[in-house]
Amino acid sequence: MSNKSMGLEERKEVPFQGTEQQREELLGFIHGHAGQKGCLMPVMQKAQEIYGYLPQEVQKLIADEMGIPMEKIYGVATFYSQFHLAPKGKYQVSVCLGTACYVKGAGNIYNKFSELLGIGEGECTSDGMFSLDACRCVGACGLAPVAMVNGDVYGRLTVDDVRGILDKYMKDGED
Amino acid sequence: MGNVTIKLNGKEYEVPEGITILEAAKAAHIEIPTLCYLKEVNEIGACRMCVVEVKGAKTLVASCVYPVSDGMEIQTNSRRVINSRRKTLQLLLSNHRKDCLACVRSGSCELMRLCRELQVEESGRYDGEQTPSEIDGSAIHMVRDNSKCILCRRCVAVCEKIQGIGVIGANNRGFATSIGSPFGKGLAETSCVSCGQCIAVCPTGALTEKDSTGAVFEALEDPEKYVVVQTAPAVRAALGEEFGYAPGTPVEGKMVSALRALGFDKVFDTDFGADLTILEEANELLERVRNNGVLPMITSCSPGWVKYCEYYYPDMLGNLSSCKSPQQMLGAVIKTYFARKKGIDPANIVSVSVMPCTAKKFEITRDGESGSGYPDVDISITTRELARMIRRSGILFGELEDGAFDHPLGESTGAGVIFGATGGVMEAALRTAAEQLEGKKLEKLEFCQVRGMEGTKEAEYTLGGRKVKVAVVSGLGNARRILDKVRDGEADYQFIEIMGCPGGCINGGGQPQWPPREKEERHVLERRAQALYGLDEEKPIRKSHENPSIQRLYKEYLGHPGSHTAHRILHTTYGPREIHRIGDGQEA
Repeated sequence: MSNKSMGLEERKEVPFQGTEQQREELLGFIHGHAGQKGCLMPVMQKAQEIYGYLPQEVQKLIADEMGIPMEKIYGVATFYSQFHLAPKGKYQVSVCLGTACYVKGAGNIYNKFSELLGIGEGECTSDGMFSLDACRCVGACGLAPVAMVNGDVYGRLTVDDVRGILDKYMKDGED
Repeated sequence: MGNVTIKLNGKEYEVPEGITILEAAKAAHIEIPTLCYLKEVNEIGACRMCVVEVKGAKTLVASCVYPVSDGMEIQTNSRRVINSRRKTLQLLLSNHRKDCLACVRSGSCELMRLCRELQVEESGRYDGEQTPSEIDGSAIHMVRDNSKCILCRRCVAVCEKIQGIGVIGANNRGFATSIGSPFGKGLAETSCVSCGQCIAVCPTGALTEKDSTGAVFEALEDPEKYVVVQTAPAVRAALGEEFGYAPGTPVEGKMVSALRALGFDKVFDTDFGADLTILEEANELLERVRNNGVLPMITSCSPGWVKYCEYYYPDMLGNLSSCKSPQQMLGAVIKTYFARKKGIDPANIVSVSVMPCTAKKFEITRDGESGSGYPDVDISITTRELARMIRRSGILFGELEDGAFDHPLGESTGAGVIFGATGGVMEAALRTAAEQLEGKKLEKLEFCQVRGMEGTKEAEYTLGGRKVKVAVVSGLGNARRILDKVRDGEADYQFIEIMGCPGGCINGGGQPQWPPREKEERHVLERRAQALYGLDEEKPIRKSHENPSIQRLYKEYLGHPGSHTAHRILHTTYGPREIHRIGDGQEA
């Protein structure tokens, strides 16, 4: 598994929490497209729409139901950037790695987030609190380097600011 | 479709419309190198080795997928073409772990061969980042080292299209692309059936069998151990290729001498196990017919097929013969009957098998495969591994005198030796069943309808006044098609032979490797099969039930086919397996 985390403790995957209702919805969609050529992509898109991401459990469901190898689904899921293997966190951290931010040291900011959270690009902490993404220009180059947590924008960041930002949301989570 | 006229390297040729440039060149005896191309299985134009220059085309074109058209002018070896191929190879080398001196494929590596043929120099020219890759040694039978993978996808195509399994594929994209299984699982956690056909088509050392030669040498060096070896029928038809013999040269005698020179205490023949299998299996079939048992009965000699059935057709496990494979039957007899006869403690016997097969490495670890209380077979090596042992020990294979198998478990019939080719088990069983049902000697022993390299064969015979409909299938994709028919009630066979690898054991995942195009052009499989049918014809006894050592085994130990003792040591059980497993579950 791609685990680029540099966290102090090893984090486990986010437990799958699909509901029976979600399952029914996906099965209905698959059965509605049974036998159609080229229906794998629409099925995977629908699955992601329902679950928000494509974990093993969902890929297995698709594989078993469509009678195709899971590898086929996984290959497609890892080829297209539109598909996510991990869910998004309650707090979605995205660090701008656009040109202006990058030359102002955004790479180090990103690495610090990754290190403290113990997750890599596109991954989510096992408690479901934080997910991490790198993004391109958010249009606030004057504030470079910039990171966003959900809607909140943090500008002119230094590596030392990162822990404080995360602490703020962790406290929120405890409320 | 008619013919078109093309110009190949300045010379005019008339060729059928619609064929590819690669095929047209072959017909004109012009060699175009390929890497990713597997005829009708992997024609994806991905590796760019087969590029040629077509007059009027802006870029070089991939000849394996580019059809000829009237008036086309093609250059297959211009400077531009050669430079492009060289650059392709240099780029492949830039992301290839070049430990060629230590690589098991050194000498049979297609990448190395092309680099030499195209005189590639300066392999370091494009050196840079390397795709990070881990070695997957989780499976019991093989190892994947992606640092030697060139992403040709031949393994992926064979697994998915020929075997119908698809447990490996290309994951991620761009520079990060790698061949593997979903969610980074090791092969052991997938529904891989261990057939090794991926290894058979791998052009480099990325896919190899798990080498057990070290364990065999260790056993041979241990003075406390009594080390017994058995060799499968198909090994003798292919081992010679490792030592420069033409495909299809039978080398049974030299093989036996080589094994003796290696220091094995006894050299037995899996053909004996095959004869024994026939007696048990024929008896089982007759019992099923008499007692309205589950039909069709399906053979269980091929461990890749058995595992496939457990994964993909668990509802049909009742159709599988309960007979162990010849390897396991002979192994069980060695540690019971033979050990007792010789007064050897089975705990001190190391039972080694030489097989054309990688799935045999898995089979020896199955539950219920220890008739004596000890594993029937302790170590299973492939034909290729045996060749390595012979070379390492300085044995000059070509200079060896012909040796003969040890008795009594080296005695076998023509029926046993044809087990190695698709249709062989069926023919051997028919020879015995026909005589038992007819109650008289067969005049003609050959059942030619079940011979040949076709993936699916059918035949109908009248045996003892009863019509018997049989099918012979090799390759698991073909097995799936026939099983679906049986399941849907569209087929009414009584007996089906299924072998996991296309063509049977002669094409097993452990056999000497050939570049796929050369393998086809030199009719390697057909010649290996001919070698086995030739050996059958030469045998004085050609029916399993007439093997005197088998008859003695029943008289002195087993009683009769299907007896209590026979069931205890020669039969086994099966169980369903889950195809897509979640989490990190270890394979049983």
